[in-house]
Amino acid sequence: MSKVFIGMGTCGLATGAGEVKSAVEKWAATREKSIQITPTGCIGYCKAEPIMDVVTDSGHRISYSNVTADVAGFILDEVFVRKNYKLDGLLGQFKNGKEPLPGIPMLNEHPYFRKQVKYVLRNCGVIDPESIADYRSCGGFKGFERALSLSPAEVIEEITKSGLRGRGGSGFLTGKKWELALREKNPKKYVICNADEGDPGAFMDRSILEGDVYAVLEGMMTAGYAIGANEGIIYCRAEYPLAIERINKAIQVLKTEGLLEKPVGQSGFQFKLRIKKGAGAFVCGEETALMASVEGRRGMPRPRPPFPSVSGLFGKPTIVNNVETMANVSHIMQEGAESFAAMGTATSKGTKVFALTGKVVNTGLVEVPMGITLREIVFDIGGGIPDGKEFKAVQIGGPSGGCIPAQHLDTQIDYESLKTLGTIMGSGGLVVMDQDTCMVDMARYFLSFITSESCGKCIPCREGTQRLYEVLDSIVSPYSKMGGEEQNLLRFNRVLNMESLAQVIKDTSLCGLGQSAPNPVLSTLRFFKSEYDAHIYDRKCPARQCKGLLTFTIDTNACTGCTLCAKKCPTGAIVGEKKKAHYIVDEKCIRCGTCHDVCRFDSVLVS
Amino acid sequence: METTQQKKSIDEVVARYPAQREHLISILQEVQEEYGYLSRESIKRISGYLGLPSSKIFGVATFYNQFRLNAPGRIQVSVCRGTACHVKGSLSLLDSVKTLLGIDVGETTKDGLFSLETVACLGCCSIAPVIMANGKFFGRLDKKKLEILIEKFRAAGRVEQ
Repeated sequence: MSKVFIGMGTCGLATGAGEVKSAVEKWAATREKSIQITPTGCIGYCKAEPIMDVVTDSGHRISYSNVTADVAGFILDEVFVRKNYKLDGLLGQFKNGKEPLPGIPMLNEHPYFRKQVKYVLRNCGVIDPESIADYRSCGGFKGFERALSLSPAEVIEEITKSGLRGRGGSGFLTGKKWELALREKNPKKYVICNADEGDPGAFMDRSILEGDVYAVLEGMMTAGYAIGANEGIIYCRAEYPLAIERINKAIQVLKTEGLLEKPVGQSGFQFKLRIKKGAGAFVCGEETALMASVEGRRGMPRPRPPFPSVSGLFGKPTIVNNVETMANVSHIMQEGAESFAAMGTATSKGTKVFALTGKVVNTGLVEVPMGITLREIVFDIGGGIPDGKEFKAVQIGGPSGGCIPAQHLDTQIDYESLKTLGTIMGSGGLVVMDQDTCMVDMARYFLSFITSESCGKCIPCREGTQRLYEVLDSIVSPYSKMGGEEQNLLRFNRVLNMESLAQVIKDTSLCGLGQSAPNPVLSTLRFFKSEYDAHIYDRKCPARQCKGLLTFTIDTNACTGCTLCAKKCPTGAIVGEKKKAHYIVDEKCIRCGTCHDVCRFDSVLVS
Repeated sequence: METTQQKKSIDEVVARYPAQREHLISILQEVQEEYGYLSRESIKRISGYLGLPSSKIFGVATFYNQFRLNAPGRIQVSVCRGTACHVKGSLSLLDSVKTLLGIDVGETTKDGLFSLETVACLGCCSIAPVIMANGKFFGRLDKKKLEILIEKFRAAGRVEQ
């Protein structure tokens, strides 16, 4: 039987992997060939989705990109009938112990994968995530079995030795966290896996859960054994329906395999797992807020101490670890701490998964060893900026992080060096920005996000971020909206105090959300002061993004009077007779840009 | 007649969970999945079941973005406003959706076909900008593709009727 693998993570499905699958089925039916189709998770090269791997009759697995339903049949014909493997969209062949096919590049030599080190993502896009047999054949549950043969303290020692730090953002030593929980003498303890990936621009947790769910569950079971907990909860966002489905199926399978809710092996260790769907609140990524949400309350953080490892969920000792951390645990227990600690820098060990998005050629998930430079990620792996535009900054750490400009691109990525640049590792979202991105607009965007996601418990965050947002909003609003002279003075006064307000929010907020909320503002102020100046003093947006500062005019020489723009204008701000030049009435213009988009003669000018 | 049927099934949905507060969010999610939104009536029923004041339930329901207190349209359009989508122009995409549908965020079209909301991040950043409609994701959109998409939905809605 011939085998075909199709990447069917959420990103694959959104670009038509479902249709590809039906096309393959149809092809098999018409050719009367039996084909086993394995849906996999995402291999990380999302730009090239949908991706289809075909296993040739000689047993080589070859990967093709941008496979639409129309070309799927053609590829299968070429591969199986004409034995021609060099086709459009060829990514490369997998390394599988066989003598490689001549003339076909290796997949791990592909420019996108060459600098990557797949540790956590090793199985994503390779195995069938719903098959426990597939997971086992890749060494699955070996780590858990090894953990059971050790004492809990020895397991924690192994994790500590690996130097693994929390991948959710703050970078706390995982082994240390577990040790604190182990010390507590309480018969009831909890393990929580934080899969509430609320950071806009990050999706590695979704991808791991969709592509290698057993690794996460194994990590949780290992954690349960290590701290003496008998219950685990995965708190997953409701926006990830496919991930939730995969978790539910995996828990059922583990139950029937006797790994859950029954004593395992000689240790008598018994563990229970359940899933809790988040309901959409960014602040619930904070561990105390997350626990409040699990308890059925509003997801509001509380002051620490007491830390969750002492008094957490329902007052019991609890550890909260991120999805990526849990998956790392499984592999560390399987391969030993040494190979993990061999990667990375002195203080940051192992690899980190980044979600590379924005204005970059290759978007997707990349896993790189700690200590790599941002330049390598953006330009070598990411392929640089599309359309020959200029790189401006890369945003790291989501709404809690900051923007790193071109002059710091050679910074080595680890927890400490990012902190010195005024940003944080965060969960690993990397949003690349080019010359057309306005940094003031970015800061305003993040603040509008924070103001709507602030839980409202402490005043600096609730009121402070709102005031900060108003300042930024006033910078990018047109004068016509400003009112009189007096208000203009007030605006200047606020602008002058912006930095100190940001500092106060940082120093006095209750939880991580508030403490890091001003980071996007502070980091853009630090590196892109000139853009702020242009907005405030010249009333211009250099990137032409802030609509309030733009004026739309029609070049009367170029305008042919086709009336298209006047018809499409939502506010009727364009006047003019047929076949004669048109004009824009500025007072009525809402700066939606529709006229600019529809004009076939490029006669609408933006300045 | 219709209302008693509805009441019955709210109770049915609720009874699947033990009467403990920790299940409140799950109950609300399930009720919303069943009816599309949380009606006053259902909040009262849940309050009775859990022995929790309605004000507390209302507090939780309004805290989380997922819960709706008004009936949505048959096609739920969610525009992603994540960072990657923002950089790739989701704000103007949102404006286009608003003009195409003639409604603002949080509203439902008069014919009850569409309702519009924004969502913080759908986690499909690599194919930004993204919208979700009735649980399906559509990526790499621009104004043109969006118009075609909405027209498709409209046509499908007409057939349904």
